[in-house]
Amino acid sequence: MFKEYVSVRDIVGPLIFIEGVRGATYGELVEVSFPDGRQSLGSVLEINRDFALLQVFKGTQGINKTQTRVRFLGKSLELPVSPDVLGRVFDGLGRPIDNGPDIIPDKWLDINGLPINPYARDYPTDFIQTGISAIDGMNPLVRGQKLPIFSGAGLPHSQLAAQIARQATVRGRGESFAVVFAAMGITFEEASFFIEDFSQTGALERAVLFVNLADDPPIERVATPRVALTAAEYLAFELGLHVLVILTDMTYYCEALREISAARREVPGRRGYPGYLYTDLATIYERAGRIKGRHGSITQIPILTMPEDDKTHPIPDLTGYITEGQIILSRDLHRAGIYPPIDVMPSLSRLKEKGIGEGKTREDHSGLSNQLFAAYARGREARELLLILGEAALTKVDKLYVEFANQFEQKFVAQGERENRTIEETLDLGWELLRILPREELKRVSPQQIQFYLDGKGKK
Amino acid sequence: MEVGKIVRISGPLVVAEGLINAQMYEVVRVGEARLLGEIIEIKRGLASIQVYEETTGLGLEEPVFATGSPLSVELGPGLISSIYDGIQRPLDILRDREGDFVTRGVEVPALSRTRRWNFKPLVKKGDEVEAGDILGEVEETPLVKHYIMVPPEIKKGKVKKIFEGEHKVDDVVAVIEVDKKEVSITMVSKWPVRRPRPFKKKVAPVEPLITGQRVIDTFFPVAKGGTACIPGPFGSGKTVTQHQLAKWANSRIVIFIGCGERGNEMTDVLLEFPTLVDPYSGRPLMERTVLIANTSNMPVAAREASIYTGITIAEYFRDMGYDVTLQADSTSRWAEALREISGRLEEMPGEEGYPAYLSSRLAAFYERAGKVYCLGRDNREGSITAIGSVSPPGGDLSEPVVQATLRVVKVFWALEDRLAYERHFPAINWLLSYSLYSPKIDEYLNRTLAADFSEKRKEAMRLLQREAELKEIVRLIGMDALSFHERLILEVARSLREDFLQQHAFHPVDTFASLEKQYLMLSNIILYYRLAKEALERGVSLEEIFAPKIKEKLGRMKYVSTEEMDELKEVENFLNQYFEKLKGTVKSV
Ligand SMILES: Nc1ncnc2c1ncn2[C@@H]1O[C@H](COP(=O)(O)OP(=O)(O)OP(=O)(O)O)[C@@H](O)[C@H]1O
Ligand SMILES: [Mg+2]
Repeated sequence: MFKEYVSVRDIVGPLIFIEGVRGATYGELVEVSFPDGRQSLGSVLEINRDFALLQVFKGTQGINKTQTRVRFLGKSLELPVSPDVLGRVFDGLGRPIDNGPDIIPDKWLDINGLPINPYARDYPTDFIQTGISAIDGMNPLVRGQKLPIFSGAGLPHSQLAAQIARQATVRGRGESFAVVFAAMGITFEEASFFIEDFSQTGALERAVLFVNLADDPPIERVATPRVALTAAEYLAFELGLHVLVILTDMTYYCEALREISAARREVPGRRGYPGYLYTDLATIYERAGRIKGRHGSITQIPILTMPEDDKTHPIPDLTGYITEGQIILSRDLHRAGIYPPIDVMPSLSRLKEKGIGEGKTREDHSGLSNQLFAAYARGREARELLLILGEAALTKVDKLYVEFANQFEQKFVAQGERENRTIEETLDLGWELLRILPREELKRVSPQQIQFYLDGKGKK
Repeated sequence: MEVGKIVRISGPLVVAEGLINAQMYEVVRVGEARLLGEIIEIKRGLASIQVYEETTGLGLEEPVFATGSPLSVELGPGLISSIYDGIQRPLDILRDREGDFVTRGVEVPALSRTRRWNFKPLVKKGDEVEAGDILGEVEETPLVKHYIMVPPEIKKGKVKKIFEGEHKVDDVVAVIEVDKKEVSITMVSKWPVRRPRPFKKKVAPVEPLITGQRVIDTFFPVAKGGTACIPGPFGSGKTVTQHQLAKWANSRIVIFIGCGERGNEMTDVLLEFPTLVDPYSGRPLMERTVLIANTSNMPVAAREASIYTGITIAEYFRDMGYDVTLQADSTSRWAEALREISGRLEEMPGEEGYPAYLSSRLAAFYERAGKVYCLGRDNREGSITAIGSVSPPGGDLSEPVVQATLRVVKVFWALEDRLAYERHFPAINWLLSYSLYSPKIDEYLNRTLAADFSEKRKEAMRLLQREAELKEIVRLIGMDALSFHERLILEVARSLREDFLQQHAFHPVDTFASLEKQYLMLSNIILYYRLAKEALERGVSLEEIFAPKIKEKLGRMKYVSTEEMDELKEVENFLNQYFEKLKGTVKSV
């Protein structure tokens, strides 16, 4: 029924060119049979009268020009979904690898999805308590947000993501999150860390895992986040679940994309990444959110390791341009033994203002966090002076700020991997630390708040 | 109409043969799905087409249908309060018809064909009219009178008929006799987006656009009819600043283009604007706003078009005699769309892969802003103020889009991540930013606001510049190296930064400051500096000069609402009295 071709013309990196193709469509799924009998899926990147250009998910090692057969499957890559996907483990293209039965699909969904109509979106406003002060107090996560973790090699981003997945709740709703987890290019060990953590807490039953490990075919990674988000959209918008999507590690995803782009000899953008990396990443990250009139939501926590801890590298840079903030891990804090080593200053949650305050967290949240930011910034500045010029160079007030910055890191940012603080505990801790500073320095909180929270007098 | 055939598909670019009469920038329908596309190159009998919808599933040999007309927008009542995608499809209607996700190949008119508008003639039968003359008006929203004008292509004519009353946009509301022929006028017209709409004459802008943002209005103002850019790394505040301007600027019409940015940001505007009131009229802001949303995950070619769709709508309202602001967030995404298409066309890449024509396209876009005398005999004036965000990779201002933009725009608001990290918002660097309109606007404000406005502003800027130098010294040698006067400068500069420049967009009062409030705040800080300096010279101690009470008074000024402006006068009295009292206590040295 499907036409089969044996007309491979060229093989370039993970790509093959086939001649004489009739009736293929752009983006179509293909099945490539290797001379040794192995098979791989692939898809059409370009077609013209001379050739069709295909990317082969398993790579082209072992392909030759005479014995390689390509079948065009007449559709794009689709994922079979049903409520039974919960609790299951799949490969990077969505095929079960947990020895469980095949999914009897409710539906087949195109993994590319469709853009949400901006008019159909509902603005994310429900505060998610992660129990982590540096996030909840300073850069809070909101249901439907996309908030990546910018990390570096060897930093505890996996622990942090797992802690978020474990502790995240929307207060007063008592609804827990279903977790969709996509691994791209990470090691077996890192992946098992998550799987074990999920199974210990019983979260596995409400999780769907898509796993492409470091030794799995790299080109397949291009499909993995889309496969995972397709499952997430099904769970969120058709079954009405609140879904937390963890994508790790986006850096390997981008590298796969770069490999394809280089093989196509496209004009490279910065550091060899393709010029369309922004648009490509956007088609992944923008699949977070809420839709008016539908119950579920998709909250995304992509993880990426910054090459050389460089935030201006295209991967974190373009991610930051798309996501609604970022949580940045700092090697300095990590060295100082602080977990989670979140540098709150360059971290940001853009949905903060809409997700906090009276009725959501507490009336003082906005002012207090602004005050903590301002004080911590000044404390760090003063601490640098102290390091260069010594104590004598600082004014009395500056010394207090240094003290504040130190305590802020040790008491507020630092906490246990199993420590789950309520938002009230987090905010109270913040006020406690502000006692270090003279009252007239506290310009970002109102006099009434100072009276109420520091002196225990009056009304808020 | 001609039908061609697809011979190549590469992402958003499709090549077709057999379109012999194809014109540059002609709209075509691509494939069985009839996707919307536009011809952008004709070479060796082949037409290259940028397709405004996702091309997945398209195959070779599928038909391409010519339409004979260029990419155009529909202009008429019903534009205001709408939300369109980059090619002017109404997203609200699209959702009603197709569901929550954007599907392909759907044709929906941009303006409702069933809604009726009350047309009030402003000319009568027998009147002579010419291009741009106003025939009548429609109350589009309580904030916007929509004027129906004689189309630019009618040079001169005579009104033969005019129909008062309730009409749909495509009903004939007037008939004009032109060279013995009758031309029917409806309320809807079309205009090709890539062709600027005509006007009589451009004039230099002199009047400031009041935005309610202190760092902008006081330090780096933009003129009505001017151009400005906001470059900055991610998270530095481009969008918040753009939203602030869309909310509070005293223009009559706002066209906001979300060009390749986040879906939620458009939702934010959609949900918030109907609930916010315009400080000048007391009406909901949505009643003067048109939104164009081509978010980052929507097809890239439509992103390229969205900028032109926006500016053409802006020109149309300018032609009615309105002050319009056009805001594009972000022009970098537009430039990237250009780059992507250019790459697929295999054009010679210029810097960083951008096509060589990037800067001429950018310049041509900003050139469509300006203050003009509109067509029509009443000599009305209209303006478009164009404000574009720029998103440089890695925040690097030397990259091509920033550089090409800086060559054409007159105001530069330099956002800086360092300031954003410190939560100094708006994170506009006061030492790097500039406005070439300052001299003219100074004159204007000295005349209309306060005679010493520009003097005070300049003094404040000098203090801020001194601060930067002094901080360098402190970093090298320490605080001890500074004289008392220099320490005072540091303190005053800190107050300028924290109490004046910093402005919290989400604080109900601080979000907007009238010019008068800005002036009073600035005056008080400068007064403090002058009085304190005098006191220092008399030998008053720094401790007394830096009294917590003063800090507190200056720090609370921003939270004083427009109704309680007397409180700012009281701060002035307080300062005068405080320093007066000190006079008694210190002997001169
Ligand atoms: N004037 C302001 N007042 C208060 N907060 C602000 C202000 N400007 C910016 N912010 C804060 O900074 C965050 C980032 O701002 P914004 O979204 O405008 O950045 P951006 O420059 O548009 O980033 P991107 O290029 O990624 O779109 C906001 O979510 C808000 O928290
Ligand atoms: Mg933005």
